Amino acid sequence: MIGKKEARKLCEQVLARCQANEAEVMLTVTDGALTRFANNIIHQNVAERDVVFSLNYFIGKRAGSASTNRMDPTGLDELVRRAEANAQASPEDPDYPGLSSPADYTAVPAFDQSTADFSPDGRATAVGIVCRLAVEKDLNASGAFSTGVDEIAIANSNGVFAYHAATNADFQTVVMSDDSSGRAQGSAWKVHELSIETLGGQAIRTAEQGHNPRKIEPGDYPVVLEHYVTEDLLSMLNFYGMGARAMMEGRSWMADRVGQQIMDARVSIWDDGLDPRGAPLPFDFEGVPKQRVDIVKNGVPLGPVYDRYTGRKMDHPSTGHALPPQMRGFGPVAMNLFMAPGISSVPEMIRSTERGLYINRFWYTRLMHPRDCVITGMTRDGVFLIEDGELTYPVKNLRFTQSYVQALAGVEDIGNTTHLLISEFGRMGACVPALKLKAFTFTGSTV
Amino acid sequence: MKDLMNRALNLARLRGAQYADIRVVHNRTQTISVRDGVVEALDDSETEGFGIRVLVNAAWGFASSRDLTPAEVDRTTAQALEIARASALVSGGNVDLGPAVKSQGVYTTPYQVDPFGVSLEEKLALLLTADAEMGKVNDIRTRRGNLSLVREHKLFANTEGAFTDQTITETGGGIQATAVGNGEVQMRSYPNSFGRQQVTGGWEHLLQWDLPGNGSRVASEAIALLTADPCPSNLTTDLILGGSQLGLQIHESCGHPTELDRVYGTEAAYAGTSFLTTDKLDGFQYGSPLVNLTADSLRPQGLGTFGWDDEGVPAQSSPLVKDGLYVGYLMSRETASRLGRTSNACMRASGWNRLPIIRMVNVSLEPGTWTFENLIADTDDGIYMELNRSWSIDDKRYNFQFGTEIGYEIKGGKIGRMLRNCTYTGITPEFWNSCDAICNADAWTMWGTPNCGKGQPGQVAHTGHGAAPARFRNINVGVLK
Repeated sequence: MIGKKEARKLCEQVLARCQANEAEVMLTVTDGALTRFANNIIHQNVAERDVVFSLNYFIGKRAGSASTNRMDPTGLDELVRRAEANAQASPEDPDYPGLSSPADYTAVPAFDQSTADFSPDGRATAVGIVCRLAVEKDLNASGAFSTGVDEIAIANSNGVFAYHAATNADFQTVVMSDDSSGRAQGSAWKVHELSIETLGGQAIRTAEQGHNPRKIEPGDYPVVLEHYVTEDLLSMLNFYGMGARAMMEGRSWMADRVGQQIMDARVSIWDDGLDPRGAPLPFDFEGVPKQRVDIVKNGVPLGPVYDRYTGRKMDHPSTGHALPPQMRGFGPVAMNLFMAPGISSVPEMIRSTERGLYINRFWYTRLMHPRDCVITGMTRDGVFLIEDGELTYPVKNLRFTQSYVQALAGVEDIGNTTHLLISEFGRMGACVPALKLKAFTFTGSTV
Repeated sequence: MKDLMNRALNLARLRGAQYADIRVVHNRTQTISVRDGVVEALDDSETEGFGIRVLVNAAWGFASSRDLTPAEVDRTTAQALEIARASALVSGGNVDLGPAVKSQGVYTTPYQVDPFGVSLEEKLALLLTADAEMGKVNDIRTRRGNLSLVREHKLFANTEGAFTDQTITETGGGIQATAVGNGEVQMRSYPNSFGRQQVTGGWEHLLQWDLPGNGSRVASEAIALLTADPCPSNLTTDLILGGSQLGLQIHESCGHPTELDRVYGTEAAYAGTSFLTTDKLDGFQYGSPLVNLTADSLRPQGLGTFGWDDEGVPAQSSPLVKDGLYVGYLMSRETASRLGRTSNACMRASGWNRLPIIRMVNVSLEPGTWTFENLIADTDDGIYMELNRSWSIDDKRYNFQFGTEIGYEIKGGKIGRMLRNCTYTGITPEFWNSCDAICNADAWTMWGTPNCGKGQPGQVAHTGHGAAPARFRNINVGVLK
């Protein structure tokens, strides 16, 4: 770790090189490790340490950017030279919103020393427990266990300085037999909140119950979805419609539907970078403070999230959802999503289902049509037919083609607990419950 | 730099490593993107560092750092050794890397015009002119254009005596128009999907595609798609795929299932496994006798073209499918040895901070004998689909479903009405066994896929896929209702 004081010093060194011109610099420090296992042994085991400066340089309304992981004076000189050259070559952008102003940031707990100190031996020991459990059941365990520290600092020539340090831990495993598989995943910023043995046990039980899967006819089925699937639903709705860029360009599933009841009244989705139950980050990558933003309330979309650029274009203040400089063209993105829990447990949802499917996980989901967020993908690692309130037999994996918006219009039940899942990409967090939906459209099956 | 690399290898050996290798990588990437006449990004990024991989007591460790100093090289090497010893707590049997690799030499991507030597003004003018051409078409909602230029310098050394020095240059670019209306969002891209066509080589390759000259056509097609007839639903018909869509079909349903790490289960938890188990080698009819698939790292312009892979194995060409029969895998030294073969140079890392894993190089469908015009004329009833819009495939690489940006009905040997929201689905070996015509070398292009994700932590690889349009009989199209 470099710490807040050193981060400020480094950012100031870069900004001082930008002379009188406007500039914003982002400093990220990564110290991470990941232990990967398959066939009940560790086969890949890696560590990484990096420091990256990303600089946005402005000459009036002309912008250029550059990044480097060199920290020596020559490297920083070169960083500024390249960003300045890019700004000089670039035409003016009439919509340039200017830089953010200094603000007060709410301190959010997100750092755990024992996670930062977690060792290769610690990860190997935990992985070894799951592998031994799998071997005892004549099963094959694979997966990954990662721990690490991320530091981020944002500074600009308006006097903004924001710093945040966070730890991360994630364990995921797929346990397989010749004809079945199960999967479990847990994420936290405190590694000791992960119960590796419990997660391994869940994946093992699903794999044990999944032997001799039968093929069923594709069609419309009621579904009970584990929280892993809910995370996929929110992730796709986020990428393809919760940001102001998608709204502005008419691509969003929310476009022309703000204020309308398009999902079940129990569906409420919000973003909150200040909630320590998620993966908190108290500011965005422009240095704008985070806040809770209700995106869907009681089934009604209230509007997208904004960064400063889309906010200016759409006459709305930034909600604190800018991406890093090199990714800003994608538009603002919600990075700390929450979905309101309901009142039922997963076993209760199964018991209340006359005929339907229980699904543990979706796989390889891709957008087919943006307007209704129509997604195709496969089921994976645990699919069972439900008959008369019980799991009757495992089912071969199915392909679905389904509007995620329409799926959430047909909510029958929502799980009474939420689970945190943190994606590797940008450390985006989603705190989500299980779901029971009236209908989901399956359009094919696999061999 | 060579001294630093030797320092790491010597330290690793002294402290008990049976084998070690080190890569020192410097990557510079210039990205320019234009949206609706405004320069959205003009970025120049560089990253450098080293990664050291060690084998201790038949267990692997890898550590990496940006700091190229003797002290940090020592610390990182010690960390890799510590990690390997932790791996040994949950390890398997012996690791056999096969024959020693002692490659020596220098490789540089050939090009006529250095893309980093072209002025920013010229690059911006190209994109802004193409943007203006798209803007001449009324009612286009969003216009985008981008360039991506990459130069990567990589040194590799191992404890067996290899030392290689390579500089890879990539040039990519493309345009995209989006139209919104009639309850539809329709997009047209050129020359390839997802922003760009990318190759190893110089600026001259990008100019060949004439982005400005295609701006108006691309925008007009996006508008026309808003009111085009939808792809017929749940129809079984003959399908002709354009070269770029076929490139992605090859990537997903040929390239990934032939990765031997997937077959051996070491990607099971993330990327998945493969239906192409080793019992199928040399005996499985993967495709029709017309189907010949090759893995190579030698062909000009391929994003999988280099001098040596990231284990120092020389670039080469090897068949994956010969006359429809399944005959080969994409292999590393370790997996090849387990199969009783030798590596065909498919270990690649996305940067200094990532472990080499088995990746596609250039996985290509060899050309056939048809002209595109004759192929259409020979098709009585079918659909022609081109340029990918969505792609999904199961974890064993059997069941796939693809969507394309555009399609056309074929009736009586002629191209007919435009179709929107085209999709097709199938099972990989059934699909490739239904291939009955492949266009000739004149229609064959080396397409680039610069966005292939695999591995944990995640790695994005750049892969090449040579393909010409081809026909597939009795395919299920039109999944969207």
